[in-house]
Amino acid sequence: MKIAVCIKQVPDSWAEKKMVDGLLDRVNVDAVLNDLDEYAIEEAMRIVEAHGGNDEGGPHTITVISMGPERASESIRKALSMGANGGILICDVALAGADALTTSKVLSTVISQGEFDLIICGTESTDARMSVVPAMIAERLGCAQLTYASAVTVDPSAKKVAITRVTETGVEEMFGEFPVVVSVVEKINEPRYPSFKGIMAAKKKTIETMNVASLGISIEGQWSVVVDASLRPARAAGVIITDDGTAGDQIVAFLVEKKLI
Amino acid sequence: MSNVLILADFIGAKLSRTTAELATAAARIAEVTAVVLAPVGKGSEYAAAVSHGPITNILVVESDSFTTHGVAASADVLNQIITTKAPRAVLIASHAFGKEVAGRVAVKSNSGIITDAVDISADLIATQLVFGGSTAVHSKISHGVPIITVRPNSITPDLREVHPIIETLIMEIGESAKKSVVTSVQPPEEGGRPELTEADIVVSGGRGTNGDFTAVEAFADSLGAAVGASRAATDAGWYPHSHQVGQTGKTVSPQLYVACGISGAIQHRAGMQTSKAILVINKDPEAPIFEIADFGVVGDLFSVLPKATEGINARKA
Ligand SMILES: Cc1cc2nc3c(=O)[nH]c(=O)nc-3n(C[C@H](O)[C@H](O)[C@H](O)COP(=O)(O)OP(=O)(O)OC[C@H]3O[C@@H](n4cnc5c(N)ncnc54)[C@H](O)[C@@H]3O)c2cc1C
Repeated sequence: MKIAVCIKQVPDSWAEKKMVDGLLDRVNVDAVLNDLDEYAIEEAMRIVEAHGGNDEGGPHTITVISMGPERASESIRKALSMGANGGILICDVALAGADALTTSKVLSTVISQGEFDLIICGTESTDARMSVVPAMIAERLGCAQLTYASAVTVDPSAKKVAITRVTETGVEEMFGEFPVVVSVVEKINEPRYPSFKGIMAAKKKTIETMNVASLGISIEGQWSVVVDASLRPARAAGVIITDDGTAGDQIVAFLVEKKLI
Repeated sequence: MSNVLILADFIGAKLSRTTAELATAAARIAEVTAVVLAPVGKGSEYAAAVSHGPITNILVVESDSFTTHGVAASADVLNQIITTKAPRAVLIASHAFGKEVAGRVAVKSNSGIITDAVDISADLIATQLVFGGSTAVHSKISHGVPIITVRPNSITPDLREVHPIIETLIMEIGESAKKSVVTSVQPPEEGGRPELTEADIVVSGGRGTNGDFTAVEAFADSLGAAVGASRAATDAGWYPHSHQVGQTGKTVSPQLYVACGISGAIQHRAGMQTSKAILVINKDPEAPIFEIADFGVVGDLFSVLPKATEGINARKA
């Protein structure tokens, strides 16, 4: 089984974020592995561990794929230290500021060239927060889309993947046949910390670098443009009281004032 | 005829209020056609539900694939309609399902996509709020048919009653849209409370409830509100995951959000920060949630909430 895990390096969610020329300033903030992608890496590890592991020369491999600047290799390295076998970084100036359409095109090209069986993603990146890339990859590959999985079962011999997901309409059971794109929610597992052994081993693993030309695709430019971005007026400071037994009445008064009751 | 398509938003078999909001935004741009995707035999019933909001036409497509193949089947049909009707834009509700349909349609129709818009102007400039609502970004689509998802509860709906012209379309769903198969759906328990993302008021409980949501629910019921929860509360199994508010839960934008025993972690705020008013009840005066409160009470939720509930119920009597 060939598993691909798509990851993204993002500005640290705790860092203060700014816009520069209508785009998020990614240069001057700490960059970290998108924390929702750690669940995808962990789930890939659990899937191979349930079916004999991913040791060198074995039947299963996990490849981490990321599109981003050179330093995104740090995030790939972290995934390798959690146990993935190798990485692919697609790095090209033409991809700076790429939107979801371009991102999904690049990732799906790498995935189809690598003939992966199972593609695992997080549900969203904490910076762009669109949650559309996994569905777009499935669309481009013309393959099954099993997103927002809170449980995943893989049957490698039957080439089948089944998931459970919680949606607006209830709890759904779904399945699909290889190749399958899965996205996993953060309830699915508890990502492992890289062990010392894992960190040492990761240093010897290979990260292959590709660009738009080596992928053989063309990038058609932007699909949307930012007209402007502006700071909104700060929220007016609220009224904070300490309960002296009358807080209930004061809440009622607040609701009346806001015409909510 | 120039028109804007909206995807009528059904949660299960129930039309959501977001549909009228989509229509209201769409009507600023051009005449509105609502697309209704229904199970076989349910087309006219579903279409009849689309009776409020500035909608002139309804296109109905019936197929059981919408239930069995979900997002992919809906996107396939919507794209076929886009190809034949050449709309000015397509507006879809911004929830997990709506965004995925939009994403797939954008790929199919080679069009730009904007998600989580909170407003759209007549010339198709979309407003999004980023960085916890502190920054407004205006953008527009420069390629293809603009595909825009609109956050529920962001646009004040024009709820006029309408009798749109209904047309039924027969469409084949492509094989590649049938690759994922839903084998069972267990509907959530009907609580009688409004849906989280649609509710005017959301009352949420966190770790501070210590697993006892009685006071939170009673307060919510006195206000006709939906009940939400922090991840600490859903992880502990105190409240269903489907009620989680936040980055990995639902994004809500009600008239009033009430946070009870919730500290206000960045991931929680990501799902509620654009609420119009925020009321906080927390024991710890240092809790970061107070930074975004319009009205905050430093106190014990178990004594404050019942008194507030009593006060509200007394006013109704
Ligand atoms: C990848 C990722 C995704 C996440 N996604 C989400 C998400 O979608 N939604 C979400 O909510 N969180 C999310 N989190 C978790 C988030 O970081 C916080 O851990 C969580 O929101 C904390 O929940 P809480 O505020 O209920 O609990 P705590 O932080 O423990 O706060 C409890 C609060 O209750 C107060 N309290 C205690 N007793 C009382 C009382 N009797 N009366 C009044 N106040 C009382 C305390 O003072 C405290 O402020 C995510 C985290 C990660 C890493």
